[in-house]
Amino acid sequence: MSHAAVQISGVRFTYPDGREALCGADLRVEHGQRVALLGPNGAGKTTLALQLNGIHRPDAGDVEIGGLPVTDPNLAEVRRRVGMVFQDADDQLFMPTVREDVAFGPANLGLRGDELASRVTKALEGVGAAELADRAPHHLSGGERRRVALATVLAMRPDVLVLDEPTSGLDPAGRRELIGVLQGLPITQLAITHDLPFALELCERAVIVDGGRVVADGATADLLADEELLHAHRLELPFGLDPRTVPPSRPR
Amino acid sequence: MGAGHAHPLYVHEHSPVHRLAPEVKLAAAFAFVLAVAVTPREAIWAFAIDAATVGLVIRLARLPVRFVAARLAIILPFIAFAFLIPFVASGERIDVLGVSVSQVGLWGTWNIIAKATLGAGVSILLAGTTEVPQLLRGLERLRVPPTLTTIAAFMVRYLELLAAELGRMRTAMTARGYDPRWLWQVRPIAAGAGALFIRSYERGERVHAAMLSRGYSGAMPTIDERVASRREWLAAASAPLTAGIAAAVALAVVA
Repeated sequence: MSHAAVQISGVRFTYPDGREALCGADLRVEHGQRVALLGPNGAGKTTLALQLNGIHRPDAGDVEIGGLPVTDPNLAEVRRRVGMVFQDADDQLFMPTVREDVAFGPANLGLRGDELASRVTKALEGVGAAELADRAPHHLSGGERRRVALATVLAMRPDVLVLDEPTSGLDPAGRRELIGVLQGLPITQLAITHDLPFALELCERAVIVDGGRVVADGATADLLADEELLHAHRLELPFGLDPRTVPPSRPR
Repeated sequence: MGAGHAHPLYVHEHSPVHRLAPEVKLAAAFAFVLAVAVTPREAIWAFAIDAATVGLVIRLARLPVRFVAARLAIILPFIAFAFLIPFVASGERIDVLGVSVSQVGLWGTWNIIAKATLGAGVSILLAGTTEVPQLLRGLERLRVPPTLTTIAAFMVRYLELLAAELGRMRTAMTARGYDPRWLWQVRPIAAGAGALFIRSYERGERVHAAMLSRGYSGAMPTIDERVASRREWLAAASAPLTAGIAAAVALAVVA
């Protein structure tokens, strides 16, 4: 395949308040790859992610999803292709019940009736949350909320999954369940994270974003073994973790 | 958190009343209250019929009597006010237990008590058998503008979050020794309210981004398309119809 799952070239972006968040970011992600987006707070990771489905539009440069440029006429299809899981699940779950929330995306795609219902059921089953369908989002635990947020996106059958801090605030069991679900998904994944063991376990490739551009790109284990590089970008391995002794996450 | 219950006003049951489509229940409740409101206050028998009807539906819905009674307490403040009317109203005065009161005022008190109790009873019945999301869907199907139902839905969804945020803010203030006693100590509360407003606004922006990400294009999609059957409408109409006939007869008698 000639085109990549995600192609970002020379993207610059300045917020309305004048803060330059991206200054020439380049990134190419192949189909089926799982990539960790690492970097300090305020590096532009989330801003970069929001370029992928046209929530933010670049001041300069191009973004393509599966060869499709992110432009106004393509927005609906781009947003179908890119599933965005936001950091705060409370932002993502805005409907009165879980079922309606998961149905929101596919219903916007025009699905109705039985087809819609089966889409919702399958998405919830996919994250092990089928029994939560009739609950209200604010009555779910943190881990349940995160998995349901993932289901709302999976129900749209995206080609690329973008996760913003997927493990933040989860207890170890919730984190483990989430990793299990993500490992079972055969789609391109881009995960913004500070959780380096998570990156090492899930993603075969990692990039470091700092100062609004991609400053390092390589196999996750190699990147994490480079202490100097990590230190230069305010990253640090958890105490006792040596990426060289961990079997690497295999490219699929 | 994590509990299955939805709302303190809702009673989880599997009754015929629970199963009725929400728009049917909403319309029936509204019509019933309307019928009660136009019933002349002198027709005590008509109110008895209305009360019996509400009681019957409450039985049918398997709502615990104690639950309904406790919720009915909400009208007590209004009733307390109504008890003043016989003493201050003018007109022909009669003696009740040796106290001189206005007869018109007495009727006024009775009128308020009867209608408020019936109205509150119907509302408790509606809320007890219909979950909030269902109520919103019912309003939508009754052609309430979708902008209004969407705003209401978001309010229901985010009110608890806002309250939790406020709670955390208060805890944080208390933890740092803030213990307001005087008016001039109110500044931190005002600042807190401002911060809460900004945070809610920012959350609104993030929710909007999340909606756009999932293909939102300005209108909420129709998700549940089940419409109420004619039988449901008929079944639900029986209650307001009873009250309506009672009101009509009472009006005819009075006139």
